[in-house]
Amino acid sequence: MSPPRPPNFGMRSGGFFVLRVLPRITELNAPSTLMDKDNTAPVKERLVVIGNGMAGCRAVEEILALDSARFDVTIFGAEPRVNYNRIMLSPVLAGEKAFEDIVINSDDWYTDNAITLVSGDPVVSIDRATQTVVAKSGRVEPYDRLLIATGSDPFIIPVPGKDLAGVVTFRDLDDVDKMLTAAEKGGSAVVIGGGLLGLEAAHGLSLRGMKVTVVHLMPTLMERQLDEAAGYLLKTELERRGQTIVTGGDTAEIVGRDGQVSAVRLKDGRTFDADIVVMAVGIRPGTTLAKSAGIEVERGIVVDDHMVTSDPAIMAVGECVQHRGACYGLVAPLWDMCRALADAACQQPSGYEGSVTSTKLKVSGIDLFSAGDFSGGDGAEDIVMRDAARGVYKRVVVKDNRLVGAVLYGDTADGNWYFDLLKKGEDISDIREALIFGQAFASGGALLDPNAAVAALSDDAEICGCNGVSKGKVIETINAGACSLDAVRSTCKASASCGSCTGLVESLLALTLGGEVQSGPKTMCKCTSFSHDDVRRLIGEKSLRSIPQAMQELHWTTPDGCSSCRPALNYYLLCAWPGEYEDDQKSRFVNERLHANIQKDGTYSVVPRMWGGLTNPRELRAIADVVEKFNAPMVKVTGGQRLDIFGIKKEDLPAVWADLNAAGMVSGHAYGKSLRTVKTCVGSEWCRFGTQDSTGLGVKLERMTWGSWMPHKFKIAVSGCPRNCAEATIKDFGVVCVDSGYELHVGGNGGIKVRATDLLCKVATEAEVMDVCAAFIQLYREQAHYLERTAPWIERVGLDHVKAGLFDDADSVKRLAARFRYSQTFCQDDPWAERVAGKDADLHQHLAEVRPLSITEYAQ
Amino acid sequence: MIGDWLDIGSVDQITPGTARTLPVVGFDEIAVFRTQKNEFYALVNKCPHKQGPLSQGIVHDNVVTCPLHNWNISLKTGEALGEDKGCVPTIPMKVDAGRMYLLRSAVVGKRAA
Repeated sequence: MSPPRPPNFGMRSGGFFVLRVLPRITELNAPSTLMDKDNTAPVKERLVVIGNGMAGCRAVEEILALDSARFDVTIFGAEPRVNYNRIMLSPVLAGEKAFEDIVINSDDWYTDNAITLVSGDPVVSIDRATQTVVAKSGRVEPYDRLLIATGSDPFIIPVPGKDLAGVVTFRDLDDVDKMLTAAEKGGSAVVIGGGLLGLEAAHGLSLRGMKVTVVHLMPTLMERQLDEAAGYLLKTELERRGQTIVTGGDTAEIVGRDGQVSAVRLKDGRTFDADIVVMAVGIRPGTTLAKSAGIEVERGIVVDDHMVTSDPAIMAVGECVQHRGACYGLVAPLWDMCRALADAACQQPSGYEGSVTSTKLKVSGIDLFSAGDFSGGDGAEDIVMRDAARGVYKRVVVKDNRLVGAVLYGDTADGNWYFDLLKKGEDISDIREALIFGQAFASGGALLDPNAAVAALSDDAEICGCNGVSKGKVIETINAGACSLDAVRSTCKASASCGSCTGLVESLLALTLGGEVQSGPKTMCKCTSFSHDDVRRLIGEKSLRSIPQAMQELHWTTPDGCSSCRPALNYYLLCAWPGEYEDDQKSRFVNERLHANIQKDGTYSVVPRMWGGLTNPRELRAIADVVEKFNAPMVKVTGGQRLDIFGIKKEDLPAVWADLNAAGMVSGHAYGKSLRTVKTCVGSEWCRFGTQDSTGLGVKLERMTWGSWMPHKFKIAVSGCPRNCAEATIKDFGVVCVDSGYELHVGGNGGIKVRATDLLCKVATEAEVMDVCAAFIQLYREQAHYLERTAPWIERVGLDHVKAGLFDDADSVKRLAARFRYSQTFCQDDPWAERVAGKDADLHQHLAEVRPLSITEYAQ
Repeated sequence: MIGDWLDIGSVDQITPGTARTLPVVGFDEIAVFRTQKNEFYALVNKCPHKQGPLSQGIVHDNVVTCPLHNWNISLKTGEALGEDKGCVPTIPMKVDAGRMYLLRSAVVGKRAA
């Protein structure tokens, strides 16, 4: 290998250069030279196997089956016992199986096949020149062919305390023994790692009576096998079973007392008691021996299609190898590898072509299956089916008329059928419509037309499981005049709860009415069959608390929504559960995520709040200083009586805000679906016509309402007299002061479609203005559709509806206002100050910066 | 010889469902995406429509919606989806052992306009 040239191209990242040279991918399927060796060997070859695990023994079994007389076999094992089924350790831990049940090859197998088993004496080196291996005891064993099956090693995260007593991995029977010993004493266990292995360990310890906490670095459990929706279901189920699941938890330290583990502390400061800590964050191929012998190793031991390493006399198999760039940590690929290895070793080369893998979680009562590539991608199409009532989530991914991936939760009966379709790569276009319903339905042939399938159902067949509505009842409802999905939902309740039978009801409408089906209210977006109102109602009824939960329970047809439903759901949840729901930044439009307004060139404009349009020298100086310091190309007075600073880069925003904060200014929310400004005139304090203190009232209204999230932007104005200089009658909420009190106006708009306000009521005191304003805003927040301004909302529902909501009941204003004020207690922290203090810094900072050292070299 | 792949950092630096930016001096800025399903993509950070910063869009599945005019861009191909027509260059990317890598020759493939 030639030494690396000095780099001419580096990358700067926070002041240091990062430059990594990656190994080149080696051609792995180069022709092997082994096949023609020793064709006429008169004596048996000596085959030495390093590793008495599943891969090593399986390979030997395969070889014996092909040609039992070919080799003298010696197997070295590090563990002092016979070969057992490692993937069954979980049931042993859970108490569902005993060690004897999981033994694959007993002592007899070794004796019967004249295999020498050297257990408890691991090989420590390989001498390729003399073709010998040396064991820890000093034993030297010569070989003609060597098979490395060293498996994988658990990955230990390098945190303080990782070597304390009581920190174990989950790899072999000794680990299980340690866990069982700990469980006998009861107490708490922390499992670090929410992957397959970690969850199985957690399940076992939980069944053994320990209080279990799972700490997982990623936001989704088993993120390599599951999508967000299935991960959510799994998390919910495990929590229901009493485990504490911490996602997004980054371990800082394992805390010890007298050399024994006592707790796990996360980087965010949370601490969990632990009498035992199971480290199950992943595995890496066991390559130490191979590497020190000078065999080619990348992530794993590099093998060709015949499982031969860079040394033709040495083969490798199992989790320690890297084949065509892939390393496997599951059992299924192992069987294929061993077959190919045996074929080649016995001179009938077949070749291994890599494996498509599937995963099943071995936690009793939880059915979870994942196979293939479910990450979507170009040309890939998702078919999703959710059945909330049964807790089922199914997703299959189809590409070029072939099944390429599947995730099943709750009902995995068809897992093997999907896996089979996937491995065979069969054309599924004929059964595509019915694919998601599983083998029984898809194979039905005649039922492929969904309408025909529904027509074939008997009258007493249940259509809606949630509300117990039969097919006959639905048809009766339709015949009685319910000509739309919505009408059916409101009349007989079919499809009105979880929505999973929507397709069936639509089929019945089509069958019964022919072309006369009326389309109902528009659905929220293409991801759901529910309207905005339905979604809002169901969030309350079903107590939905997160976006993945809402998508699951309401049968979203896409894996994670779209750019219209994500922000809408985020708002509805925020409005429904104030103080409880955690705002999802990735479901926010850029302006609300960066607390500034994006401009056509990708820079941002910044508008600090000027309460009621008032300012002072200190604020003006701070704004002037910011404009100069950050070289802002323009400052403009807005229509809402404040100043807008243009041309700020996203990475400079926190610094700009810090300077504005220092002068006492906070975010003006000029970017948000929220209160924008309260425009005022000068009022009775200065104006010779003014009747009330409109400026002072405007400031009070702005202090009460700032920071609130709404369905859309919301503007308020207060005019001191009917001359209406603050233009209060084209605002969402306008106050016009008169001698005898205050006229309150609502639903005005000065935008695309100008609409003058409707007069809502007249009140006598400022306190009443404040209460009605808070109540009106809360009614709008709770009832309007996302992205619906007050003007179209009032046109849709009618002014009488709004008046009724506010005034029909004497307490309504008070109750609505109280809900608004409660919600505001969580909203009035300046988002700019939070960002200045470092919150969400990665939204502003670049990942890194690339500086090609010699631009001209690349310029052509 | 020099590696073909440029290490741009650890995967933990990008929250699933978001993107981060990677300026390249003298060339187009790159947007590096991580989807909710933990796929990684790199595209020139310019919408084919009006050069909006795609990195700031809402990511859903393997699509980003441009923050300026709501064009939907496939992260996989860089193509505009639906009725819109246009394509933004993609940069071959791979993830290995928790690190993200971009194809070096593509990072400096195009001069900034």
